[in-house]
Amino acid sequence: MTGRRSAGISRRNLLTGTAGLAGLGVGAAAVGLSVDRTPAQAAAGGQTVPFYGARQAGVTTAPQAHANFVGLNLIDPGDVASLAGVLNVWTQDAAGLTAGRGSLADTEPELATDPSRLTVTVGLGPRVFEVPSLRAKRPGWLRPLPAFSIDRLQERWGQTDVLLQIGSDDPVTLAHATRMLTASVRSKLRVGWVQRGFRTARGTHTDGRTMRNLFGQVDGTVQPPGDRDDLLWEDGSGGQPWLAGGTSMVLRRIAMHMDTWEELDRPGRELAVGRTLDSGAPLSGSREHDDPDFTKTEGGIPMIPASSHIARAHRQADHEQFLRRAYNYDEPPEQPLLPEPVEGGDTSNSGLIFATYQRDPVRQFVPVQQRLADHDDLNTWTTPIGSAVYVILPGATEQSSLGSSLFTP
Amino acid sequence: MAIRRSLRAATILLSVAAPLLVLTACGDDNDTSTSEADQLTVSDQWVKAAPDGMTSAFGTFTNTGDRQVRIVSASSAVAASTELHEVVESGGTSTMQEKKDGFAVPAGESLTLKPGAEHIMLMGLKQPITTGESVQIELRFADGSTQTVTALARDFSGNQEDYQP
Repeated sequence: MTGRRSAGISRRNLLTGTAGLAGLGVGAAAVGLSVDRTPAQAAAGGQTVPFYGARQAGVTTAPQAHANFVGLNLIDPGDVASLAGVLNVWTQDAAGLTAGRGSLADTEPELATDPSRLTVTVGLGPRVFEVPSLRAKRPGWLRPLPAFSIDRLQERWGQTDVLLQIGSDDPVTLAHATRMLTASVRSKLRVGWVQRGFRTARGTHTDGRTMRNLFGQVDGTVQPPGDRDDLLWEDGSGGQPWLAGGTSMVLRRIAMHMDTWEELDRPGRELAVGRTLDSGAPLSGSREHDDPDFTKTEGGIPMIPASSHIARAHRQADHEQFLRRAYNYDEPPEQPLLPEPVEGGDTSNSGLIFATYQRDPVRQFVPVQQRLADHDDLNTWTTPIGSAVYVILPGATEQSSLGSSLFTP
Repeated sequence: MAIRRSLRAATILLSVAAPLLVLTACGDDNDTSTSEADQLTVSDQWVKAAPDGMTSAFGTFTNTGDRQVRIVSASSAVAASTELHEVVESGGTSTMQEKKDGFAVPAGESLTLKPGAEHIMLMGLKQPITTGESVQIELRFADGSTQTVTALARDFSGNQEDYQP
């Protein structure tokens, strides 16, 4: 392509015209100028995250810039033998894709050469465990979340039998990996939904900065301590030895209503969440990771309102902690804007793909969600429209596929 | 990827514990020298899922020995007949045909069977080959030794060449 060739021409030549580009037309010159880049920068595309391990990657992996959450359903719900086979195929493909080798039978292997920290994470939904052979292996917590008063759940974002969470810093790699993984098993699993999520592009900041959601809020500051594996990972001690190395995922799709959020002034926004918008510091502190002080007052009034999001979400017990790994979504508005906006209809279709991981969602996640449903100032501007729970399988090794501990009698 | 010779083929028809690469070398030859089967490792093997009729199997054959090995035939319980195929170009169209001399792999080299090139053709399927199912294929070598390869079936829309035996 023209861009490639023009890149070899120095910028100085372009500016002084000595490269003779005039004859190539505006397009070539424009492309040449736009590819002025620093060659010393190491390419991020070659970075890999190991697929094999006792625990699946993609949970504690630093979130990649892009993720596809793919919900799939068994075409024949009772065909558990097929599901075991599907997991074998995915183990082969994920091992190849995450290493940059492509899947087996990869039809576009050139799209697999830059994994860009690609991870593939697989979960199973409750219905899988309804077949007689798996009934006894169902984790007690693997069931739909209770109905919350704030929910306006849409079937199209609902529970599925299987979840593929695919993350990469490169959206082209991500699209290809998603295609390969779904195409290779299409006679067994049908895609129900794809939730495309994004964060700040890799390289925009130094790595490790907390993301911002589309309300502009720093989102995901509160995380369990890194040494608290007991909050995150199953060790098989709860009567389900097969589950050692697994965890759970709650996936909530939360619409964020930009139209009404934009009506709110800045102090109102900060009081609703309990944090400043610029640094994400709690209103009682000055830095993002300062512990919020809910007792601190100013003029007799709590600096962090008791009804604010962080006050309501704050853990009331040690076990009310879970890993937050959210992504933004931003899709075309669903209400037609012409000839006139629909009354009450959003002119945006933005929100959060709120993925949380915890050892036991019923014990750790539900009490927090229940408090937020009972009251959270932010609820005025947000609506949960999708909800699903999955068991994230223990990891695969070179000797044992995903799901082997589940399907081996 | 590792070859797991210790697993017996009979135990792995629908195995989930170690499905990635399983093959069993059967020492048909009684002499003490290394058989052709022992010299060959098979990796990344797979078979295209098919409801009936015919389908193909693929993989990478690596000769780890110091002399050429030649696969002269293949067979599988799932197919009435099995042939070793190549794809040849003539007059701008590619046609698959049986490779009568088999697949030769020179010492220290690899041969990759892939769509649009060499492949193992399974014909007259006796049952559907469904995605995620393991299919066993026995390879027979020029020296009479055999090796059983277990290939996982997957959905794949390529390798559509129509074959009229």
